[in-house]
Amino acid sequence: MGTAFYIAAAVAVLSTIMVITRYNIMHALLYFNVSMLSVAVVFYLYGAPFMAALELIVYAGAIMVLIIFFVMMLNLGSQTAGEERSWMTPGVWIGPSVLCLVLLAELVYLMVQPADTGAEIKVVDPKEVGKSLFGPYMLAVELAGMLLMAGIVGAYHLGRQKKKIVHRFLENSPS
Amino acid sequence: MINATTAGLVLAGVLFTLGLISMLIRRNIIFMLVSVEIMLNAAGLAFIVAASRWGQPEGQVMFMFILAMAAAEVSVGLALILQLYHQLKSLDSDEASRMRG
Repeated sequence: MGTAFYIAAAVAVLSTIMVITRYNIMHALLYFNVSMLSVAVVFYLYGAPFMAALELIVYAGAIMVLIIFFVMMLNLGSQTAGEERSWMTPGVWIGPSVLCLVLLAELVYLMVQPADTGAEIKVVDPKEVGKSLFGPYMLAVELAGMLLMAGIVGAYHLGRQKKKIVHRFLENSPS
Repeated sequence: MINATTAGLVLAGVLFTLGLISMLIRRNIIFMLVSVEIMLNAAGLAFIVAASRWGQPEGQVMFMFILAMAAAEVSVGLALILQLYHQLKSLDSDEASRMRG
């Protein structure tokens, strides 16, 4: 527990500090992904392996991909290839890669080591979580489903491009 | 060596404070959205630590609700930023303070 937790916590705090100090948003998102991975390792250490998997799938997978695609969609243009080349300098990817390798080494060490959680860490089974989720918290699950539905409809409605009808004399002038 | 619960809660507090600082010092809207994500993640970490402290599944249930809420919030927030970017041609949040009805 002890050393593994401190390494993961140090990686999390370091990558979060890098997130809030970067100027380029893609660098910040890269470090933010590393922060999510290290928080997932902390979840694993606190006896919640299913939540660690969910953190990886939903946060580091879905939400980060959504934000990264959105950022890429905003600055399309002919200069994109040159920007891409300038983004992939070693200074960009060495930092997140080293932090990721630290996390990977720690995870491999935790897997080969026999599981001994500390005295005050109690492992909560995913089965217990499922029973609780669809037992006393049934109404909250339905509300979360309605929230996600509202999110889908709201994103579709807000993200739709309205077709602007302008006079042909006004087409070249800025609206 | 300090208590495991204390260490986890301190980590959650540090991450939340970093997200709050980023929220306050940034003017780029996407960075503000990312810092909200950092703060939600820190809150989820605190729930997980509490769940492991008491051995009850409620903390993990709350983390799943935080996850669903974060997903909905990001999708709607990104759509709003897209509309704002098309209106203002900028990601500066101070530009939006001058918008009219």
